[in-house]
Amino acid sequence: MSIFVNKDTKVVVQGITGKEGQFHARQCVAYGTRVVAGVTPGKGGQKMDDVPVFNTVAGARKATGADCSLIFVPPPFAAAAIMEAVDAGIELIVAITEGIPVLDMMKVKNYMRLHRSRLIGPNCPGIITPGACKVGIMPAPIHKPGGPIGVVSRSGTLTYEVVHQLTQQGIGQTTCIGIGGDPVNGTNFIDCLQAFEADPETKGVVMVGEIGGNAEEEAAQFIAEKMRKPVVGFIAGLTAPPGRRMGHAGAIISGNSGTAQGKIEAMEKAGIHVCKDLGRLGELCAKVF
Amino acid sequence: MKIHEYQAKTLFSRYAVPVPEGAVAFSPAEAQQVAATLGGFPVVIKAQIHAGGRGKGGGVKLAHSLEEVGHIAGEMLGMTLVTHQTGPEGRVVKKLLVEQGLDIAKELYLSIVPDRASAQIVIMASEAGGMDIEAVAEQTPEKIIKVGINPLVGIQGYHGLQVAHGLNLDSATVKPFVQLLNNLYRMFVAHDASLVEINPLIITRQKTVLALDAKITFDDNALFRQKEIGAFRDLDEENPLEVEASKYNLNYINLDGNVGNMVNGAGLAMATMDIIKLAGARPANFLDVGGGANAEMVENGFRIILSDPNVKGILINIFGGILRCDVLAEGVVKAASKTGITVPVVVRMEGTNVEQGRQILDASGLNLISAVDLKDAAQKVAEIVGA
Repeated sequence: MSIFVNKDTKVVVQGITGKEGQFHARQCVAYGTRVVAGVTPGKGGQKMDDVPVFNTVAGARKATGADCSLIFVPPPFAAAAIMEAVDAGIELIVAITEGIPVLDMMKVKNYMRLHRSRLIGPNCPGIITPGACKVGIMPAPIHKPGGPIGVVSRSGTLTYEVVHQLTQQGIGQTTCIGIGGDPVNGTNFIDCLQAFEADPETKGVVMVGEIGGNAEEEAAQFIAEKMRKPVVGFIAGLTAPPGRRMGHAGAIISGNSGTAQGKIEAMEKAGIHVCKDLGRLGELCAKVF
Repeated sequence: MKIHEYQAKTLFSRYAVPVPEGAVAFSPAEAQQVAATLGGFPVVIKAQIHAGGRGKGGGVKLAHSLEEVGHIAGEMLGMTLVTHQTGPEGRVVKKLLVEQGLDIAKELYLSIVPDRASAQIVIMASEAGGMDIEAVAEQTPEKIIKVGINPLVGIQGYHGLQVAHGLNLDSATVKPFVQLLNNLYRMFVAHDASLVEINPLIITRQKTVLALDAKITFDDNALFRQKEIGAFRDLDEENPLEVEASKYNLNYINLDGNVGNMVNGAGLAMATMDIIKLAGARPANFLDVGGGANAEMVENGFRIILSDPNVKGILINIFGGILRCDVLAEGVVKAASKTGITVPVVVRMEGTNVEQGRQILDASGLNLISAVDLKDAAQKVAEIVGA
């Protein structure tokens, strides 16, 4: 089992003829993901390798039955691309694009409340169920199929580091999700934790957070009240200065809120096994799981 | 992106948000010229730097004559202003805002911020104006009014009334306040602001409502469609190394430690800083070269780290994904051969094309210290800087 994506997931890639879209669509295909369509306005009727290209997401869905979209559209047009996928009835939308204006994402978020689609990201590496389906830009070989651990993270390469350490310890993954580093995003920690808790194959979860906002604090409360599976946590940004945006648009300490220290305390209080030394995260997981 | 108070007030005026009469001045003579047009004394002279708390640091003063204006302006221009937001090194004052003094009856607090959790645009207001709003929020949260607005719908009449009545405004000021708030919201949305803060917003004895102070920051991600706002950027207010880094699309933040570091990805970069600290040393910077970095970006990043005189050692931590390890290695070798490596460099690479990357570094003949994993890397770099 897995959460959100599996071997039957049918993916349409929005922005498939762009440099990044093309490169990563090929990587996904090579991994075995069922990439059934691409979308680039004005290039309908063409093909990218064997993948048919459509002008619109609605057209792609109608012709191929795609139920998941992977978005590589540049920031000025990305919010519209997400809403186009929502309007086309795509169930799962994975937005890789980094740099979408906050006001655009706030509109998207409010728009999505009126619909049933799920958004992962933006500004994220995507989602992978190792051995079955990769919808994103993560390097495939670091993953180990078969579970039993789920991974959820606000970061990209930091997630790769965590997954790599798990795999080095011989611990496989059910599904790994990057929920993105932007202040306003779709699927949050709690959505993923809830899904992992309900997934019979997932036996534990690694949760990777960072400074900014209070998503980790809310997740900690959820874990304390609703989760029975063990959780290992890590928070990046103990040494980050306040008031500075640390790369990710959402990674900023404002006043006394959003500090790493505060998040770690909330997580420890919730019974999460918090890892303080990233170099030893794999070892800690081997002990806990 | 931050802008100055005088720039914010220019923008306010354009959206019919009332501000005191005044103008920016770059010399004592200019300050006197501005003061002479304001029709009376006292006038207020305010240092223009990108930091709050200016009043306590001596950056806001009253002048009662043209002579005094010249005197105060002369003292303030060129002074290093230290506030709780500038850090101990302070900021050099290079421009002043000279404004009319007003007859204040009441000071209020007003701000607009996007709320990340609810995805609403939130108006915050308080009768406790002129004070540190974080302290108010902590000690007397009931004194802060919050009204959330769905950005798909925008501000409605009742939103303004909710705030106005929450502030206990008298009937004469409700209408001008609501008008001001509507205009402020319009400006916020039109220019992709990420914070608009007026502290204090004043009500004069003549019952007019004005923004006595003005702070605006903008969403960096939206600057592509806010060219005019981008022109407000003041490079004097930024760290020179950070300005240099931004030319190459590098995410660099200068810090006060001694271990430089170069990482791909913001989360891993923060975690790398943390692990440097954990090993007993201090990070000299945050540098995320990004997923799509090329050899040139790596080269420039390396050069910028080396130009910080506090750096005694460097840790390169790359988890190859989109950025391949061989590309990273090429960049490091190029930078090293151009600028010369003056401090020990520890390299930890993992992921895509890691073998090719290691071969490039080995074949370069450069004196690089390789680390097997993150733990090993942090220890090696801490030993080097004598932590």
